[in-house]
Amino acid sequence: MATLSTAFTLPLRSFVLDVSIDVGGTVALVGPSGAGKTSVLGAVAGLVQPSSGRIALDADAWFDSAQGLFLQPDERRVGLVFQEYALFPHMNVRENVAFGGKNRADEYLERFRISHLAGARPTELSGGERQRVALARALARDPGVLLLDEPLSALDANTRAAVRGELQELLREFDLPTLLVTHDFEDAAALAERVSVIVDGRLRQSGTASELVAMPADAFVASFTGANLLHGVAEPSANGSTRVHLDDGTVVTTADAAGGAVTLAVYPWDITVGMAPPSDSAMNVIGGPVRSVAEFGNRVRVAIGPVTAEITGESLTRIGLRPGAVAYASFKATGTRVVAEADR
Amino acid sequence: MSWRRALTRGVLAALYFLAIVVTMAFLVLPVVAIFAHVPLGRLLRQLSNPIVTDALIVSFKTVAISQVVILLFGTPTAYFLASRRFRGRPLLVTFVELPIVLPPAVAGIGLIVAFGRFGLLGSTFDFLGIDVSFNQTAVVLAITFVSGPFYVRQAIASFDAVDRRLIAASRTLGAGPTRTFFKVTLPLARGGLTAGEAISLARGLGEFGATIMFAGSLQGVTQTLPLAVYETFEAQNGLDVALAISAVLVIVSLAILLALKGSGLWERSRPAVTAIAQPEAN
Repeated sequence: MATLSTAFTLPLRSFVLDVSIDVGGTVALVGPSGAGKTSVLGAVAGLVQPSSGRIALDADAWFDSAQGLFLQPDERRVGLVFQEYALFPHMNVRENVAFGGKNRADEYLERFRISHLAGARPTELSGGERQRVALARALARDPGVLLLDEPLSALDANTRAAVRGELQELLREFDLPTLLVTHDFEDAAALAERVSVIVDGRLRQSGTASELVAMPADAFVASFTGANLLHGVAEPSANGSTRVHLDDGTVVTTADAAGGAVTLAVYPWDITVGMAPPSDSAMNVIGGPVRSVAEFGNRVRVAIGPVTAEITGESLTRIGLRPGAVAYASFKATGTRVVAEADR
Repeated sequence: MSWRRALTRGVLAALYFLAIVVTMAFLVLPVVAIFAHVPLGRLLRQLSNPIVTDALIVSFKTVAISQVVILLFGTPTAYFLASRRFRGRPLLVTFVELPIVLPPAVAGIGLIVAFGRFGLLGSTFDFLGIDVSFNQTAVVLAITFVSGPFYVRQAIASFDAVDRRLIAASRTLGAGPTRTFFKVTLPLARGGLTAGEAISLARGLGEFGATIMFAGSLQGVTQTLPLAVYETFEAQNGLDVALAISAVLVIVSLAILLALKGSGLWERSRPAVTAIAQPEAN
């Protein structure tokens, strides 16, 4: 796969955007609103011109301040899916897709299962359908890079999980360097291989989602990353709760009903850590060596097996926890949430 | 106590309805009177009067030419003023809008000292062989100057109301600035442009002050319909002719207004408030 390399500075109204990201697979750019996430996409697409730096797809430079090079958006091979999708209201679905690639319109209508909507206007479509049209249009342009701006934020909670699953599949299928912007850490973790946290125009931390949860660089990343995300296969049990077989073999019980491939969310502050297995109401007990201990302020993140717990510095000293020592993380079945389901 | 309140309320209600009735009557009566003053048959007979047919030809020809000029020159100007933000832009927009509020007689004087024989560009025009003294070129210039700003102003608002993200989307989909303009911006602004065009057309058809000062009122040459109304009214027994021309102008104006309303463009002629998401707005 090609690599999109971006390193540039771009002065914005209240701060200077200064980022450097290499995008191989799918990278999610997460952060609070106003952090400069969308401007990164704008700079890659050529909609705004950075003051300095370089943006290139492999050897193909699109922007290089040293050479005075700035290609127009139509001269870059980018597929940008806008927040709210920005479909042309005066064109029907087919015309929208054909705008990106005339010869590929029918193929992409078929591929995105929107052939039956070819004659419809964007206003007649549901949120999920609009997203498919926007993706088909962007990909019909035959881009070298896919840019997604808050691809799920325009959707209601019900369609969101389903569309997230579709998007996951799609990203695998097209296999393009993809930069995706979201303010939702769960979406980022579900869709991207790597996550970069951006605050006030600067990258705070980059890594895999579980690295970020386990070893947040600072308190902001810690609160922003929020939940542990556990992937596994759900199997309903007789008493109404669901048993989820995680990818690493651990079995976790959740109070939510689910089946098939699922993602579970557990908040680090809902997980208790002890040196011995507890004998309380917690349904889930995971034992193993402590993988890492990360302190920031009075909060400590302790990674055991597939989960990370957040405890106070005081508790850490009281129980005498050390990396490598065997400890037990426990949490209640009601402390877990099924956040995504996808067919495998 | 309560009878005084009832009385106050009654008086206020009466004044309220009186204001409405007076307003409506005041606006409707002059228009109705044009058709009611003489029998319809006499009005129709006047339509074959050479003064009327000459004025019709002069008016339609000059208005048509000025509309083409306004569209060809005004549309790019409006697009430029809508799509760029630069120092001095508010000043340029104000200059575009000024003729809308300027007294037409002042516009006429301005045109004379700018383009007339002894005006600023008079010798240049002479050199180029363009003669603008009391001919149809002068009529077209007067109509264009007075009615053009109505179109340009509306066109700026219409281009400005096109969602910036759609333009950005078009560019990222591989369309250059020209294709983006003709495939996205222009179709999306078309409703507003048509409305502005129609208002400009109606205003151009009614142009009087600047035309009579700059181009004069020569029958068959520079005498447009409004000028003919004035001339025939001044003449002996000319009231019938003046009324006939007025009736034509009322009908054309009403047709333009109704066509606008029927197409739903009248409401949309106000600048739409659209959230404009610049990429840096995040």
